[in-house]
Amino acid sequence: MRERIPYKLQQCLPLLLALMVFLPSSALAHVESGQATGFITGFKHPWSGLDHVVAMIAVGLWGAQLGNPAMWVLPVTFPLVMSMGAMMGLLGIPLPGSEIGIAMSAILLGAMVLGELRPHLIIAALLVGFFAIFHGHAHGTELPPGESGLLYSMGFVIATGCLHATGISVGLIHRWPVGRLAMRGVGLFIAVMGITFLWRALA
Amino acid sequence: MNWKNRNQSIRAGLAAAIFVLCCPSFAAAHLVTTGMGPVYDGIAHLLLTPEDFVAVLSLALYSGLRGAAAGRRTMFLLPLAWFAGGIAGSMVSGVPALPTAALSFLILGSLVAADLRMPVNAVSAFAVIIGLVHGFFNGAAFKDGAGTLGLLGIMAMLFVLVALFSAFVVSLRKFWMRIAVRVAGSWIAASGLLLLGWSLR
Repeated sequence: MRERIPYKLQQCLPLLLALMVFLPSSALAHVESGQATGFITGFKHPWSGLDHVVAMIAVGLWGAQLGNPAMWVLPVTFPLVMSMGAMMGLLGIPLPGSEIGIAMSAILLGAMVLGELRPHLIIAALLVGFFAIFHGHAHGTELPPGESGLLYSMGFVIATGCLHATGISVGLIHRWPVGRLAMRGVGLFIAVMGITFLWRALA
Repeated sequence: MNWKNRNQSIRAGLAAAIFVLCCPSFAAAHLVTTGMGPVYDGIAHLLLTPEDFVAVLSLALYSGLRGAAAGRRTMFLLPLAWFAGGIAGSMVSGVPALPTAALSFLILGSLVAADLRMPVNAVSAFAVIIGLVHGFFNGAAFKDGAGTLGLLGIMAMLFVLVALFSAFVVSLRKFWMRIAVRVAGSWIAASGLLLLGWSLR
């Protein structure tokens, strides 16, 4: 008898599953779509646009090329200033030409990596910070209304940091001559992509 | 029952469990109920509420960056201040909605990111302020729930969290590890800034 009970339960499983459909839960038809409901939504947002992804990776690459302390100063500057830009966007403060600014960020940061340019740390941070405002503003205006601003914000910032970390990780190949050449190639690629973004923004 | 049937039963049970887990339900941040009593409710509240947890984490990181003495003081002062704030909060009705979490994240995250040198007394003052403010809101939320025992649970958890994270940061000797802590601080500050914009919208 003891052996047969689990088998019977197994037979009842389809019925149990069917009954579970009737479990009481809130029906949120269509409301959840595009909502800032949590960490995952925020985490996915920076990955949603190639122009943002390319520029953020370029920041990491350039930081890796410049070495310490730029390697961590630039990726710290970008999310902080980007959040300021996002705040502007959230508050409805207009920023003209944000799409052009984003495209220019890819062009200039790509050119920096291509040319292995080494300006003073403050100039590099100012350049990265300047473009971060455009990226943040675009994100801020796109942020959907939602319930959990906190988790969304954290996911958003962590994703940005992950993109920089990706750039830095790739940039570690800079220590080898072949890697240095490859990085300059990546810089060229990013700059060319930036030109296409600019073309699209102006069209 | 043979092994084949048993495995099938286990698989079916797992499928049912996954299905139940996928059923939507509400997450109520200020009403964490463990079913194990108010002390555990307080502990769970702190661990499951990012508004409080991240603030405590950033304060612990900053105290750790400032050294063992600052960490030790925060370890004792933060729980006491939190409890005092909680008692005050439980006596008040109609707590205003303020962007406390956003400001805490912004200020404490910036301090961690900048690794700002500050006397131990100033770090202690920060710990007391953060404890009083966050404790006040917790006390108001716990008034009709876990109550004073819930606050005691939070106190215990605060002590443990600050001890662990501060001691961890104090123990870091390599330069890049301290940099990683500062980067984490910058992310917390950026989240706070974004959250502030969100709350002002």
